[in-house]
Amino acid sequence: MYHLYTRVIEPGFFASAQVHAAAVIGGAVAVISAVTGVFTVLRGQSFGGHALTDVSTAGGSGALLAGVSPVTGFVGLSIIGAGLMETIGIRRARGRDLATGIVLGASIGLGALFLYLDTTASTTTGATQQILFGSIFTIGSGIVPVVVIFSAISLGCIALVYRPLLLTAVSTDMAAARGVPVRLVGMVYMLALAVSVGLSSLAIGSVLSTALLIGPAAAALRVTKKTGRAVVVACLTGTGATWLGVLLAYDSYYWSPGHQGLPVSFFIVALVLAAYLLSGLAATRTATAARETAVPAVSGPGR
Amino acid sequence: MFTGFMINTWAAATIVAVIAGAVGFFVVLRGAAFPAHAIPKGAFAGAAGASLLGISTLAGLAVFALLGAVGIGTLGRRGRHDVATALALVMMLALGAAFLSQTTEYEPEIYSLLFGEVLGVSSTEILPIAILAAVCITAVIVLYRPLMLASIVPEIGEAGGVRSYPMEICFLIVLAAATALTLPVVGALLIFSLMTGPPAAARSIASRPLLAMSWSVAIAVITVWTAIACSYLCNWPVGFFVGALSALSYVLGRSWAGWRGTRTTHPGTPVATLSHT
Repeated sequence: MYHLYTRVIEPGFFASAQVHAAAVIGGAVAVISAVTGVFTVLRGQSFGGHALTDVSTAGGSGALLAGVSPVTGFVGLSIIGAGLMETIGIRRARGRDLATGIVLGASIGLGALFLYLDTTASTTTGATQQILFGSIFTIGSGIVPVVVIFSAISLGCIALVYRPLLLTAVSTDMAAARGVPVRLVGMVYMLALAVSVGLSSLAIGSVLSTALLIGPAAAALRVTKKTGRAVVVACLTGTGATWLGVLLAYDSYYWSPGHQGLPVSFFIVALVLAAYLLSGLAATRTATAARETAVPAVSGPGR
Repeated sequence: MFTGFMINTWAAATIVAVIAGAVGFFVVLRGAAFPAHAIPKGAFAGAAGASLLGISTLAGLAVFALLGAVGIGTLGRRGRHDVATALALVMMLALGAAFLSQTTEYEPEIYSLLFGEVLGVSSTEILPIAILAAVCITAVIVLYRPLMLASIVPEIGEAGGVRSYPMEICFLIVLAAATALTLPVVGALLIFSLMTGPPAAARSIASRPLLAMSWSVAIAVITVWTAIACSYLCNWPVGFFVGALSALSYVLGRSWAGWRGTRTTHPGTPVATLSHT
């Protein structure tokens, strides 16, 4: 039994300080990503959610150059970017994607410049990869208070506009007819998204940021139609994938003889994608089951 | 600026700009900005894989670009399209991160693949670029009418025998080919700027499709030429100039459309609202 246990959880897993930080921060980020993600998926703004990771990354390299704290760079530019997208914002989805794209393109250009100046100003090798992919294992525990504060801001924004946000996500016209300030609600939501994405790109890197924002939420929305329940399912899926991914990445160090571990992001993304595909299967099965039970009920009285 | 190795640069960049302008026109028309961003960015992971296996970078890029296109197409068929694109993208990037973790000597190449290395094109690279470009242009010409129909009025297209889903896959594959070709030159992240900024600007200038496409190509070419010249003169990355100029062209195009709109339409006439629907 003990043998099996050490097979699954390699020695030193629970003692490692890096694992502690990764589990705590990864878990917290997974939760706020899942909550904002449900609305991102409902509103069809996955592109915006992903674009903000690149925007905030450009902010991060700018902060490195200006010598201010990375948090300011990441979250600051993310909020500015979200504001611009929402301002150019056109009501139709196609136009909105285009506005998102233009803001994204411009900030990628800026990011290229900042990174170039960063690498010529100082010889920080690895800066490119660090900023692009990030790594959950390289974050210090000093970032924990920051994560807590910004998580609270983001969740607070969502909680504040929860009901009107749901209404606008279902139908903008209906919400407007009921007197919901659609633009204002959109702005508050974008603020929550910007803070959440800026924070997660800083803490866990842009790849994982998008994966945890979209994957768990999309999977949850395929399983259940109730938004409240979807939020809970998304949180569970997100944190589950994160913690399992951290464990697998830690173990993978022992798999190959060369001790060349695989990155955490790879495992977490693979788990998130698996959850999404499984949810598709579950959704089709319940749909067919519902149809099968419905058929005799309809044809029943005729017999 | 126009001697020796720079000749290759100008030639390659011009080909890239023409392709990006033409394919980008459909990107904007179909509102496919997200796939246009996701395919190049994900394909970049293919280059990392190719360097791990020791095969040609262009092959790695092409394979991953195609995988990305097919992945987005299949996942998007059942389920939300933007979700499918996001998930396909992160999966490719995660694979890229896994590949990179297995090699150690990749750092400078990452930067150039992401942000472009237009000033270092060799004459052996021109030929594959030109061939892929010819394929792309042919595909755009062949697909022009059905793709246009499926993009603007999918219902009428379906009625006329143009099915949306195969058209979508065709479009994504053309996008993937254009990506593999432009990526080593302008970089994974900036193809996207070139495929959205100039075509969006062109759409605000001209409403007739062929005219708008020509404008799109022209603006893309001007953007790239200016970017190379600026980059050559002040040594800043080409990517910065491409990104900034693309965004600028969009802003100018929108302002031009707005200015013309206020000049030609009287307040109260329904023309203004019609042009937005």
